[in-house]
Amino acid sequence: MTGPDPAALYRTVRLIRRFEERAIELVDAGEIVGGIHPYLGQEGIAAGVCAALTAGDLVTGTHRGHGHVLAKGADPARMLAELCGRVTGLNRGRGGSMHAADFGVGVLGANAIVGAAGAILTGAVWERRRRGTDLVGATFFGDGAVNEGMLLEAFNLAALWRVPVLFVCENNGYATTMPVAGAVAGTIAGRAEAFGMPATAVDGQDPETVRAAAAAAVARMRAGGGPELIEAHTYRFDAHHTFEHRVRLDYRPPQEVADGRSRDPVEIAGGRLDPATRAEIDASVEAVLAAAVDFALAGPHPDPATALDHLYASGLTARTGGG
Amino acid sequence: MPRLSYRRALTRALADEMTRDESVVVLGEDIRVAAANVTTGLVKKFGPERVRDTPLSEQAFTSFATGAALAGARPVVEFQIPSLLFLVFEQIVNHAHKFPLMTGGQCAVPVTYLVPGSGSRTGWAGQHSDHPYALFAHVGVTTVVPATPADAYGLLVSAIRCDDPVVVFAPAGALDLREDVADPAPVPLGRGVVRRAGDDVTVVAVGHLVHEALAVAEELAGQASVEVFDPRTLYPFDWDGLVDSVSRTGRLVVVDDGNRSCGIAGEIIATVVERVRLAAPPRRVTRPDGAVLPFAPALDRAVQPGRDQLTAAIQLTLKDG
Repeated sequence: MTGPDPAALYRTVRLIRRFEERAIELVDAGEIVGGIHPYLGQEGIAAGVCAALTAGDLVTGTHRGHGHVLAKGADPARMLAELCGRVTGLNRGRGGSMHAADFGVGVLGANAIVGAAGAILTGAVWERRRRGTDLVGATFFGDGAVNEGMLLEAFNLAALWRVPVLFVCENNGYATTMPVAGAVAGTIAGRAEAFGMPATAVDGQDPETVRAAAAAAVARMRAGGGPELIEAHTYRFDAHHTFEHRVRLDYRPPQEVADGRSRDPVEIAGGRLDPATRAEIDASVEAVLAAAVDFALAGPHPDPATALDHLYASGLTARTGGG
Repeated sequence: MPRLSYRRALTRALADEMTRDESVVVLGEDIRVAAANVTTGLVKKFGPERVRDTPLSEQAFTSFATGAALAGARPVVEFQIPSLLFLVFEQIVNHAHKFPLMTGGQCAVPVTYLVPGSGSRTGWAGQHSDHPYALFAHVGVTTVVPATPADAYGLLVSAIRCDDPVVVFAPAGALDLREDVADPAPVPLGRGVVRRAGDDVTVVAVGHLVHEALAVAEELAGQASVEVFDPRTLYPFDWDGLVDSVSRTGRLVVVDDGNRSCGIAGEIIATVVERVRLAAPPRRVTRPDGAVLPFAPALDRAVQPGRDQLTAAIQLTLKDG
């Protein structure tokens, strides 16, 4: 899909929202260990950007990455199984929430090191282009990543070599607890402009606004343009990580949280549909997620004897650690 | 028989693999003019797209190579200075190395990191003289240290063909070597070689120190029969090959251009004593703990493993037990 499709966009936003809510239930139930970084409130960005991409295009995500993986087309059931550490998961239970990947749909992984994925995606898109394709890539990162040197180096490489990568900054106002004002000198868009990259700031709470901006950038890139940056202003509705559900960290004023939550991408996208269509999509999403939970919890746990499987693609076997 | 220099062996390995396989690309700083005297002639032959000169952005181009590998390339990344590996350790260890397991086997990351001129180049001082191969063995990245031109060719070819990341350390102390090589051929990763057969003690020597060990063995020929074992690959190590040697000689000395604590010499000794009952305590000759190579040549030499130290270690081991 490259044109507006309000129903499809709403469906993706709603799917991510309910996926996250079901995942938090599974965290609370002890089925997902290690917790998650909920994408709640930011769904419109992944949904909007991925709606502007084709199946062959490549994506990398972040530690707050469930939305990116789902929006690009990964199976929610296998994604949830991954979060639950089952062999039926996308990564066979080896990656978990922060490393979910589905190379089959062009997701080269959520990446848990802030700012690290931009250069990886740039190299991947460069190589695919070298092979004669016209695909592009989108790499998601937060406002915290704009102070990471390796991301700025990636801006330079992509711009210098005109690799068509859409750098998508999800500016939710906080790097964990650090506000943007306390961390970012200059501006985020200004960083792109310094490398000669076009930068567009959008309302990240409106999935259609994000989609339209991404589609315009992707069209320019596919026609031979270089990389671009989209700064999507958003608000994280929930915790940085679910550990905050148990340990209260005082860094966001209650009024700010209330204001932020008042602009909900689910309501903005859903408000564009007639109630019957919306209800139908909601019911369909509930059914998909109910089946996903069943699938995830029915999946076998990995055999501890396989803990080192996939360590080496070459088939090398590592020495085990026992005496 | 044609003479092959160590540097030209590396050049030839790159050119041969680029000719054989379109997916092989080379990235690095100043490689278009072959500033490290390894990528000579490659731009002319293969063009600037496959021989990609990079800005000074080691972290980005190292991860760029990871991404290119995820998309089907077999990149070779050249680093002019061994200490740059500290700068990109995160990109190699946390991303390139971990991707296959973290993704449950969805991908391979066949990147080769080539360091022509590792260790001391005498006079290049503290930040250009490290030999950090043990770090990569520690984290489980395939690590090779060829001692000879034939091995430089053969191990680099095997590294490029390997589906995992491989770090190739080409020691500065070996770069000027030449030898007669009729037909350079791939050398399997993880296979050591006995460079000199002997009966009384096994000396394991890494990289350029193989030649020091051979010289010492020759000097001691009247007193003792010294076997010299060149592991060639430090990870995965040829434990069976070494155990076979030490089982015959009963004595072990390791000479290693790394720092002492947690160095590869310590691992070699630990593994051998787990498997072989030695006739005498093993010994190691290494750089000191925490070594930083000082600038002045006499000081630079003073912290590198020396022939006298190796001779003394061998003699002590022969006397003990």
